[in-house]
Amino acid sequence: MTPIPLAYSLRNLWTRKLTTTLTAGGMALVVYVFAAVLMLDAGLRRALVSTGQADNIVVTRRAAASEVQSGVERTAAALIETQPEIAVAPGGARAASKECVVLIAQPKRVTGAVSNVTVRGLSESGFALRPQVRLTAGRMFRPGSAEVATGRSIAERFEGTGLGERLRFGGRDWVVVGTFDAGGSGFDSEIWGDVDQMMQSFRRNAYSSVVARLADPGRFDELKQRLEADPRLTVEVKRERRFYEEQSELLSNFIRILGLTLSVIFSIGAMIGAMITMYAAVANRTGEIGALRALGFQRRAILAAFLAEAMLLATLGWALGLALASLMQLVRISTMNWQSFAELAFSFTLTPRIVLQSLLFALIMGLAGGVLPALRAARLRIVDALRAA
Amino acid sequence: MQFLKLILRNTLRHKLRTGLTLLGLVIAVLSFGLLQTVVDAWYAGADAASPNRLVTRNSISLVFPMPLHYRDKIRAVDGVQSVAAANWFGGIYQDPKKFFPQFAIDAVPYLAMYPEYRVPEDELRAFLRDRKGAIVGRKLSQSYGFQVGDVLPLTGAIYPGNWSFTVRAIYDGAEAKTDTAQMFFHWDYLNETMKVRIPRRADQVGVFVVRIADAARSAAVSQAIDALFRNSSAETLTETEKAFQLGFVAMTEAIVVGIRIVSFVVIFIILAVMANTMAMTARERLSEYATLKALGFSPAYVAALILGESLAIALLGGGLGIACTFPVAAWFGTQTGAILPVLEVGPLTLAMQLASAFVVGAAAAVLPGRRAARVRIVDGLRAIG
Amino acid sequence: MSAPLIRVRGVSKSYRRGGQIVPVLHDLSFDVARGDFVGLMGPSGSGKSTLLNLVAGIDKPDAGEILVDGVDITRLSETELADWRAAAVGFVFQFYNLIPVLTAFENVELPLTLTALSRRERHAHVEAALGMVGLADRVEHYPAELSGGQQQRVAIARALVTDPKLIVADEPTGDLDRQSAADVLTLIDRLNVELGKTVLMVTHDRRAADFAHAIMYLDKGELSAAEDIHERSVHGRH
Repeated sequence: MTPIPLAYSLRNLWTRKLTTTLTAGGMALVVYVFAAVLMLDAGLRRALVSTGQADNIVVTRRAAASEVQSGVERTAAALIETQPEIAVAPGGARAASKECVVLIAQPKRVTGAVSNVTVRGLSESGFALRPQVRLTAGRMFRPGSAEVATGRSIAERFEGTGLGERLRFGGRDWVVVGTFDAGGSGFDSEIWGDVDQMMQSFRRNAYSSVVARLADPGRFDELKQRLEADPRLTVEVKRERRFYEEQSELLSNFIRILGLTLSVIFSIGAMIGAMITMYAAVANRTGEIGALRALGFQRRAILAAFLAEAMLLATLGWALGLALASLMQLVRISTMNWQSFAELAFSFTLTPRIVLQSLLFALIMGLAGGVLPALRAARLRIVDALRAA
Repeated sequence: MQFLKLILRNTLRHKLRTGLTLLGLVIAVLSFGLLQTVVDAWYAGADAASPNRLVTRNSISLVFPMPLHYRDKIRAVDGVQSVAAANWFGGIYQDPKKFFPQFAIDAVPYLAMYPEYRVPEDELRAFLRDRKGAIVGRKLSQSYGFQVGDVLPLTGAIYPGNWSFTVRAIYDGAEAKTDTAQMFFHWDYLNETMKVRIPRRADQVGVFVVRIADAARSAAVSQAIDALFRNSSAETLTETEKAFQLGFVAMTEAIVVGIRIVSFVVIFIILAVMANTMAMTARERLSEYATLKALGFSPAYVAALILGESLAIALLGGGLGIACTFPVAAWFGTQTGAILPVLEVGPLTLAMQLASAFVVGAAAAVLPGRRAARVRIVDGLRAIG
Repeated sequence: MSAPLIRVRGVSKSYRRGGQIVPVLHDLSFDVARGDFVGLMGPSGSGKSTLLNLVAGIDKPDAGEILVDGVDITRLSETELADWRAAAVGFVFQFYNLIPVLTAFENVELPLTLTALSRRERHAHVEAALGMVGLADRVEHYPAELSGGQQQRVAIARALVTDPKLIVADEPTGDLDRQSAADVLTLIDRLNVELGKTVLMVTHDRRAADFAHAIMYLDKGELSAAEDIHERSVHGRH
């Protein structure tokens, strides 16, 4: 089947600039919402999943949804530390960190609104377990002191958390001696200090979790089985990545479901816009359609030409919408993660996958909006089309 | 009269086009209204707050408890009428997706300070007599089929272990906006059980709800309470119930703001569609408008015809969209269950929906109206091939 | 004498209009010889355009057969008919029906895209066709930039570019001023005389009829008279 030249569809869009702009504009807005939601979800996952190392594990109390709600007794922590699968650092120290994670309420700098911030007490071996964390100003806190270091997101947005500032929590004053950058991961939203100091201040007898590096990541299952079956312990062992992935699930699912539902509903509006435009195009070009058929073009060629026009519109909308959405990468969001109750900062992340998904979405919109009018064009009887011209 | 007749006939000329535009408008106005309603629901807790109730919690974070002995001290503060302990239980009913709030409460004082929870006398007595008894709200009862006498098993997450309660009462809300998706049971039963299972976690309270005599004195009383516990191991923060509820909303502020913004995006989408429809329609009828002008009608009349048609379609679509918002919101409420217990379409939302429809109708007619008013008669009458 | 190009036998056609069946053509039979220039005339509603549409293969009769160059087009499927039209028929309409978004050149090239010719071959044909109608200098213009007469000439170039045997014209001068009409008719006549194309033209313009060799009159769906101006053409103009 010989198609009608693509120039026919393209030039018709160009001739009616206002209509093309408005119709593509409507679709662009829908693509923008769709892409922005996916970008938000991708940013959230990146913040949380990049928090985890491939060879690290996190041990918490069984069924604890987050470290904050978890308790690991001292004896249990000691037992976990000595497991053979745990890596040993040069110098003999175990690559395991007993940690105490609590939430404090701090006011934000600009608005003064209070939000929960994660405070993590680490053992000395804790730093080595997080290679993605780099000091950007000052120095790390000294063990045994009332010093803390704050993550980039917290230092920027919360009072008292900048370099040299003082914080008060747990009945004591703490001084911020350094800030760090955790590469967009969840640690950017944390305040770090010495675990024993934290335990004391918050009158804790049990740690929140034990984070450790495996000498051989393949031996995870053995360790998991052994620890979880041990009657002296009531613990759960997870790979660090999986642990943080689960933390984001509720929020991530909510964002995705709400966002996609909205996108689909909005897309109906844009599709209707495309349908109206294409019906008008068919109605106004009835004479041409008759002429093309008379010349010998098949019905399918007419169908294809009008579908192409609709999908070109959609592609234009996609390009505009994606351009708008990619601007969102400049925006940083912070919200409370529902599972950990703590503030989490993340941003919109554009991935190649999202670029393709939004293109597909746009094309489906164009197809759905254009199919009925295109069918009407194709089904015209030649004599009727010529007479109506 | 002729003017209105012309407008009406014009809208009916292109039934398919008008129909599609109407459909688009309905969807847009409906979505807009629904989103605004969801945002309002987010604030429902704060709206239902009473100015006579204060909430005292650990100043560090809600996640930390306070010692039980604070209760008597708080009760002794001047201005305080009664105090009730309440712990967020956070258990799982069958599976985590079947979420609803569960609180362990000092039943007698707590229920007295929440007169909006209406419990039948006999059921209340049955509940008070049974230490393992539970009260569930009407919405919960409808969602999960809880009836008086049913056993309600929960798996504890914060308070580990298996727990079993018996539904003794079902409460209704005094107003439509009262949350009836909650479950309450006896604080004493929680405490006794924890003394046995994990003793070091006994005698710990999540929040104290405090009723005060005079709402005007809430700031003074709050400060007085907090002063009692300054420099102790568990300092407190006391605030009005409304401030407490708003604190939750503030934490997810970004999402709420996002939803509000997105709800306006849909209006812009439909504006683009409507503007396109009117632009195309006006362009096709250019020769008619030229004819009218040739006959002696003013440019303003011609522009008014377009504006009238645009507004007629927009307001009709908007009206239908508003009408649909109520049943859809109600259905949505049954789907979200206890997460958004109060889903009421507020008057402000309705006003915004109407205003949006009006603005869309008016804005869409601006450019086409101007063009039609300005068309030169000779240009318009020239045959368009 | 070669076989007639067009052979119509027992053709009938009716239309459904609002629930009623309106008969338009009734048991028509006639021949058109190769190289003939036939005018179809008759009062409004007599079915002349309908007949033209049937012979050109853009509509199907209810009964009868139509053979064009030996091919019974009433037996062809819609797909086959489209392919047949592309090769065998050239159209000239009253309102030109050019594609507004294509230039004159591209409009004339359009039928050639349905063939297997290469781009260079197509361009050669287009230039020749446009040269023949005298519009070689207007190739890049869009229809909106051309006068009615010029547009109709582009349409004629389009009609002849695939070198079809049959040219059908439906009121080709209906929308033109006197001078342009004369130019267009002269052109169509040249297609017939110089290129040997068979022309079937519906018209109510007496001047147009003068160019034809024979006139068929249609009235109420039946051929009432066939005025053979063959003599005139033999003595008059060659």
